[in-house]
Amino acid sequence: MTSAIATSGLVKTFGATRALDGLDLTVRTGEVHGFLGPNGAGKSTTIRVLLGLLRADSGSAEMLGADPWDDAVALHRRLAYVPGDVELWPNLTGGESIDLLARLRGGLDKARRDDLIERFDLDPTKKGRTYSKGNRQKVALVAALASDAELLLLDEPTAGLDPLMEVVFQDVVHEAKRVGKTILLSSHILAQVEKLADTISIIRLGKIVQSGSLTEMRHLTRTTIEAQTATPVTGLEALAGIHNVQVADGSVRFAVDGEHLDAAVRHLTTFGVRALTSHPPTLEELMLRHYGDEVAANGNGADR
Amino acid sequence: MTATATAPVRAAESGGRSTLAGTGTLIRFILRRDRVRLPVWIGAIGLFTIGSVASLPDIYLDDADLAARADLMNNPGLRVVSGPGYGLDDYTFGAMIAHEYLSWIAVFVGLMSILLVVRHTRAEEETGRAELVRAGVVGRHASLTAAMIVIAGAHIVLGALVALGLGSLGLENVGQESSWLFGAALAAIGIVFVGVTAVTVQISEHGRGSGGLAGAALALAYFLRAAGDAGQDPSSTLSWLSPIGWSQQTRVYVDDRWWPLLLSVALTIVLAGIGYRLNARRDVGAGLIRSRPGAPTAPASLSSPVGLAWRLNRSATMWWSIALLLFGLGYGTIVSEAESFAEEFSAMEDLLDNFGGTSIIDTFLAMLISLMAVAVSVYAVLTVLRLRSEETGGRAEPVLATATSRMGWVASHVTVAMVSSAVILLLGVLGLGVTAAAALEDGSVLPRLLGAGLAYLPAIWLTVGLGVALFGVVPRATALVWILISYAALIGSFAAILDLPEWTLDLSPFGHVPALPAVDMAWTPVLVLTGIAVGLFAVGLWGFRLRDLETK
Repeated sequence: MTSAIATSGLVKTFGATRALDGLDLTVRTGEVHGFLGPNGAGKSTTIRVLLGLLRADSGSAEMLGADPWDDAVALHRRLAYVPGDVELWPNLTGGESIDLLARLRGGLDKARRDDLIERFDLDPTKKGRTYSKGNRQKVALVAALASDAELLLLDEPTAGLDPLMEVVFQDVVHEAKRVGKTILLSSHILAQVEKLADTISIIRLGKIVQSGSLTEMRHLTRTTIEAQTATPVTGLEALAGIHNVQVADGSVRFAVDGEHLDAAVRHLTTFGVRALTSHPPTLEELMLRHYGDEVAANGNGADR
Repeated sequence: MTATATAPVRAAESGGRSTLAGTGTLIRFILRRDRVRLPVWIGAIGLFTIGSVASLPDIYLDDADLAARADLMNNPGLRVVSGPGYGLDDYTFGAMIAHEYLSWIAVFVGLMSILLVVRHTRAEEETGRAELVRAGVVGRHASLTAAMIVIAGAHIVLGALVALGLGSLGLENVGQESSWLFGAALAAIGIVFVGVTAVTVQISEHGRGSGGLAGAALALAYFLRAAGDAGQDPSSTLSWLSPIGWSQQTRVYVDDRWWPLLLSVALTIVLAGIGYRLNARRDVGAGLIRSRPGAPTAPASLSSPVGLAWRLNRSATMWWSIALLLFGLGYGTIVSEAESFAEEFSAMEDLLDNFGGTSIIDTFLAMLISLMAVAVSVYAVLTVLRLRSEETGGRAEPVLATATSRMGWVASHVTVAMVSSAVILLLGVLGLGVTAAAALEDGSVLPRLLGAGLAYLPAIWLTVGLGVALFGVVPRATALVWILISYAALIGSFAAILDLPEWTLDLSPFGHVPALPAVDMAWTPVLVLTGIAVGLFAVGLWGFRLRDLETK
C-alpha cells in the first residue's frame, strides 16, 4: 500500500511554544486513520501544515505525492477539509455556504448533497449567524462529504454533534471508506476513533508517541480479567506481567500485559473457572498510560 | 428549590416589583462592561462637537463672513443636510451651531443609542448569555430597564458635557443658558432612540436586524426633517414629525424654546411602554418576527472567490453608492452660488488657492471631488481590510483549504475594492455633474467632472495597496492604514486654512492628484501613484504567500 500522507520530523513553533516537535505521521491510502490526542497536542497544527495554511519550520511532509506548501492548490482539488471550529459567513445561508465551498473545490454531487442534508437533518435555508456549533459543523461536513475528494481531513468533526448525528457520521465515514477514500480523523473522543479507525496515531506534545492498528496497540497493553473460581486463586503475583491483583470470595480481578495473557489464563484454569470475563483495553486506558502524568495533574482528562 | 424560595424574598426587598428584580445589579454590570466604551462614545461626540465649535472664530473672522455663510446656507440643497434655518437673517455662531451642527451630531447620538441598547439587550439574548442571567434572580424587564437607564444616563452626561463645554468657550451669542438647551436637545434625541431601540429589539431575533430597524427609524427621522426643512417654511409639518426636528425646533441660541422637548419625553415614554408590553409577551430569545428562510442553494454568482468577495461587500457598496450620489446631487445644486460666497468669505479664498485654480466654480468643483475621493478611500480600505477580518474570523481557512490560491483569494478582495470604489466615486461625480450642469446651464461640465474623478482612482488604489501590503507583511498592524486616510482627510481640509507648508500636502497621495477641472491634467503624478499602488499590491501578495495563515 502507498502512503497518502507521510511526514517526517515536522517542527512548527509559535513563539516559545513548540506546537510540533518532530512529528512523523504516516497514513496509508484507503485507510481510516485515527489521529488521537488531547487538546493542544498539535492535531490541528498538523492538519494545517498538511493544508499548506501553516509552513513547517523544518522536516518534510508529502501528501498524495505532492508538497503541501508548494502544491497547495492542486492538492486541495483532491481533498476536503472540515475544520474543528467551523465559522460561517453570518449572512450566507447554510446551503449557500455548502455550494460555495464545494464549488471552490471544483464542484459537488448534487444528489449526494441533498441526501446528506437530509440525513444530517440540516436546514439549509437558515443564515450562518443563526446556526449552533453543531449545525455549523454539519454544513462543513456536507460540503466535504458531498465532494469526490480522495482524501478527507476531518479535525474533530463531531465535537458539536449529538449522539444520533454521530451515528449518521459513522455511517457516512464507512461509506466513504468503502469507495476507497482515505480519511484522517482527528479526535479526542476515543470511542469514535475506536469504532471507525483502522490505524491510530497518538500525538502528545507535538510528537507521535504511538502508531499502529488497534490490534497491534492492544497487544502492547493490558487486558483486564475477572473470574470466579471454585477455589481461591493463588500464585498469580509470581507470574510475569500481572498487575493489580484483587482476590475476594472466590473471585479474582487482575490486569495482564498482552504478551502474558496466555500464561495467566492457563494458570487460572487450574482453580476451576466458573465465570470469566475479559475487557480489552479501551482507548481511555491506552491514553491514560500515555498521558497518565497529565491526567493526574489535571484531575480531568480530555477536557480543555 | 432554593431559587424559588429566595426569589420572592429578594423581590420583596426590591419593593415587590419582581419583574424588575436585579435591575440595580445589571446597571452596575453594564457600567463595568462598558467602562471604556461609554466614555469613548461620550468623549468622542462631546469633544468633537466642542472642538469644531471652538474653531469657528478662526474660520469666520467677521460678521461679513457669517453673513456670506448664511447666504450660502439659505438654500434648499443645504437646508436638507443642515436644519430649518432659524437665525439665518442675523447669523451668529450660536445660530450656526444650531443650524449646521445639530442635525449631524443627532445622527451620531442616535447611533450611540442604537448600538449600545442592542448590545445590552438583543445581542445578549442572541448569544445565549441572557439565558444565564435570567436564570438568576432577575426579573423579566430587568435587563431592558438597566440598559435604558444606563444609556439614557450616558446621553444626559453627554448633553451636560456639551452644554458646559460650549458655554465655557465664551463665544459671542453662545451663552451658558442657551447651551444647556442645546445639550438637552442632543440628549433628547439620544433618549428618544433609546426608546425606539427598546421596541425594535423586541421585534427581530437578531442584533443586526434590531439595529437595522432602529437605524431605519433614525434615517426616517433624518429624512422627514430634511424634507420639511428643504421648503421655505422653517416650521413645516414634516419637520414636526421627526424627533430630530423637535430638537431643531427649540430654536436654540435664537429663541430658546424648551417646550418642543416635551414631545421627545412623551414619545420616549410611549416607546418604552410599548417595549415593556412586547417584552412581557414574548419568550426569551424569541422575536415578534421570525427570521425569514434564505436560499437553500447558492446562486451561480457565488462560485468563485470574486463572487464571494462581492457578496460580502454588496450591501455596503450599495449604501455608499447612494450616499455619494446624494452628496454629489446636493452639492451640484449650489455651485452657481459658490462664486458669490467665495468673494465675501476670506478663508474660502485660501482654501481655493490651495487647488491653484483660476475659476472659482471649477476650483469649488475640484475641492468637492477631492473630498469625495478621500471619502471613497475609506470605503475602499474598509472593503480590502475584510481580508483581515475573514482571516481572524476563521472564515478564510475553509476557503484557502479549497482549490483557491492565496493569490486568487487576496486578488478577489482587491478587485472588488478597486472596481467598486471606482464605481462609487464616479456615481458621486455623476450626481455632482448632472446637477452642476443644470445649475450652470453648461452640459460640458459633466464629462469634465467624470475625467476629474477618474484622475483620483490611482490615489484611492494606493490606499488599498497600503492596506494589502500591511495585511501581507504585518497583519497585526493593518489598522495603520487609517493613519494615512485620516491624514489625507485632515490635511486636505485644513492645509490652506492653517497655512501649513507645501510638503505636508505632499505626504498625502491625494495631494498629488491634479485638481481637475481647475487645472490641466498632469500624467506624471497619476502614473507614479499607479506604480506605487501596484508595488504595494506586489509586496502584500508576496508577504501573504510566505506567511502562516492566522487561525483560531
